[in-house]
Amino acid sequence: MHLNRYGQVGIFMASAAGLQLAAVAAGRGFLLTQMTMSAYYTLAVLGISLLMGYAGQISLGHAGFVAVGGYTSAVLTTLDLTPYRAQPLVAASQGLGLLLARPDLYGGELLVVQPLVACILAVALATLLAFVVGIPVLKLKGHYLAMATLGVGTIVYSLALGTQWLGAADGISSVPPFPLPFGASVGGPAGGRVVNYYVAVALLGAAMLLLLNLVQARVGRALRAIHGAEDAAAAMGVDTASLKLKTFVLSAALAALAGVFLTHYNGGIGPSEASVMKSVKYMAIVAVGGMGSLWGTLGMSLALNFLSLRGYFGAYDDVVFGLILVGMMLFAPEGLLALQPRRALAALRLRLRRREDGEEPR
Amino acid sequence: MTPFLEVSGVSKRFGGIQAVSGVSFQVRRGMIKAVIGPNGAGKTTLFNMVSGFSAPDHGTITFGGHPIHGCRPHQVAARGISRTFQNIRLFEHLSALENVMVGRHLRSRAGFLAGMLDLGWARREATAMRGLALEVMAFLGIEALADAEATSLAYGQQRAVELARALASDPELVLLDEPAAGLNMRETRDLAGLITRIRDRGITVLLVEHDMSLVMEICDEVLVLSYGEKIAEADPRTVQRDPQVVKVYLGEEEC
Repeated sequence: MHLNRYGQVGIFMASAAGLQLAAVAAGRGFLLTQMTMSAYYTLAVLGISLLMGYAGQISLGHAGFVAVGGYTSAVLTTLDLTPYRAQPLVAASQGLGLLLARPDLYGGELLVVQPLVACILAVALATLLAFVVGIPVLKLKGHYLAMATLGVGTIVYSLALGTQWLGAADGISSVPPFPLPFGASVGGPAGGRVVNYYVAVALLGAAMLLLLNLVQARVGRALRAIHGAEDAAAAMGVDTASLKLKTFVLSAALAALAGVFLTHYNGGIGPSEASVMKSVKYMAIVAVGGMGSLWGTLGMSLALNFLSLRGYFGAYDDVVFGLILVGMMLFAPEGLLALQPRRALAALRLRLRRREDGEEPR
Repeated sequence: MTPFLEVSGVSKRFGGIQAVSGVSFQVRRGMIKAVIGPNGAGKTTLFNMVSGFSAPDHGTITFGGHPIHGCRPHQVAARGISRTFQNIRLFEHLSALENVMVGRHLRSRAGFLAGMLDLGWARREATAMRGLALEVMAFLGIEALADAEATSLAYGQQRAVELARALASDPELVLLDEPAAGLNMRETRDLAGLITRIRDRGITVLLVEHDMSLVMEICDEVLVLSYGEKIAEADPRTVQRDPQVVKVYLGEEEC
């Protein structure tokens, strides 16, 4: 049976609903917390999948973009503007309804930026950063983006860790929930766990649909062409530098959006979110999910992030993802789903038979 | 006729090797012109300069009155120059039809937003692209290969797909880099007919070729290069009788 993209996303949403019902029915509703976080991480991973699998570019710094999104939103929604309310910019923002007065933990009142406005600014900042990094680098052929993004990731991590007003090693906490229509919100009291889960799943489903559409469309075809034979794509009039740049910026924006929602959901963010190991983890997931396979990446990302968040890999979390990356590159560079188990079995059988016959194995 | 492609005094050096030195020539609209010469004569370097893959050290290249030296490949393509490659470069993992559709990239405009939102006009544009790509494939007699993975096709078929891709952008000038390489005699004969029909569609053809019978049969003019320099430029008959050409090129062939 051949399902179109809309049908596929529908099935995904239905399966997600099934998982939720199963978790609640089994009395293990608390698992939804990690499932929700896993969905947000997957949002970032999908952008990297587009970048790596379709544009053929490697980023070693996407955790940096997640953190730029998360920290920007965290700062703007926690920084009290009350002392500055007389300043023209603050006063004008308040007049335009861009600010929000909310109670703080101690009964006082804070004047902060509206979460929606903060979210837009956070994504815009990550987009701008991606442009600035990408413009010079993506004019070059080869894997220079990997090096440049590694640098960006490291800088963001160091800044987050070393800056007092970003909370240094503690990060930023008491980030308010992100209000949504109909009284729902991202984050907030534990009672909203189920709603939160569905919000994350809906966001992920929507992003997936947009990306599935994109890779089928003219731009996606051109990206795959660049991946296949960059010279030939350029000779056909494909502006390879511009397409790679736009893909990189789109993936950075998705990462930042994921960072924003993750931060509101968790109620805070710390510097580890920006660490290079996180970036490597994202890349490992894309590798195992399959280069150029958005569904493979989505499935693997949800599963591996969930296991990691539940602590199944314990203290070896980084080791596991590092091994996954090395293993995939060695044995299945096209991803797990591209492996052909029957062909592999046949080859193995042939090998064993040769050995029984006393021949040297090939 | 006014010159259509005008190359004047272009030179290109790679390290210690002067690949092309001071070559000038013109291509008039509607003609088939060949660039020939022994291996290492600078033919491919010349092609790469015309198509924007490398910038000449000296000299100018204009196309339809616009300077194109120093333009990047996609900008040259946007001016109406399309090309094939000596070593076939098809897009891996794309079907033959999709390969040809990428050739229509220039003539379509759906971007990131239209693609992501699956807008109606972008869909209609994609359908039109598909139709036109199939039409070009039918013109070359390869529409039956549309759904095959391009890089898994037979060599001659891959050449045809590459040609279809180059034609799909409705170019004014198409550069064919050794289109007969690796083809058998029969396929080469078919190719000769095909190139003539491409010209008859109003597309100017500039080709690099080693197959002399093909060059002599279909070309209006031949440019001969040797060690990066132009040594002759005339109609095929004259070139064949040129003593210098016979010495450096045809003479070697007859040994």
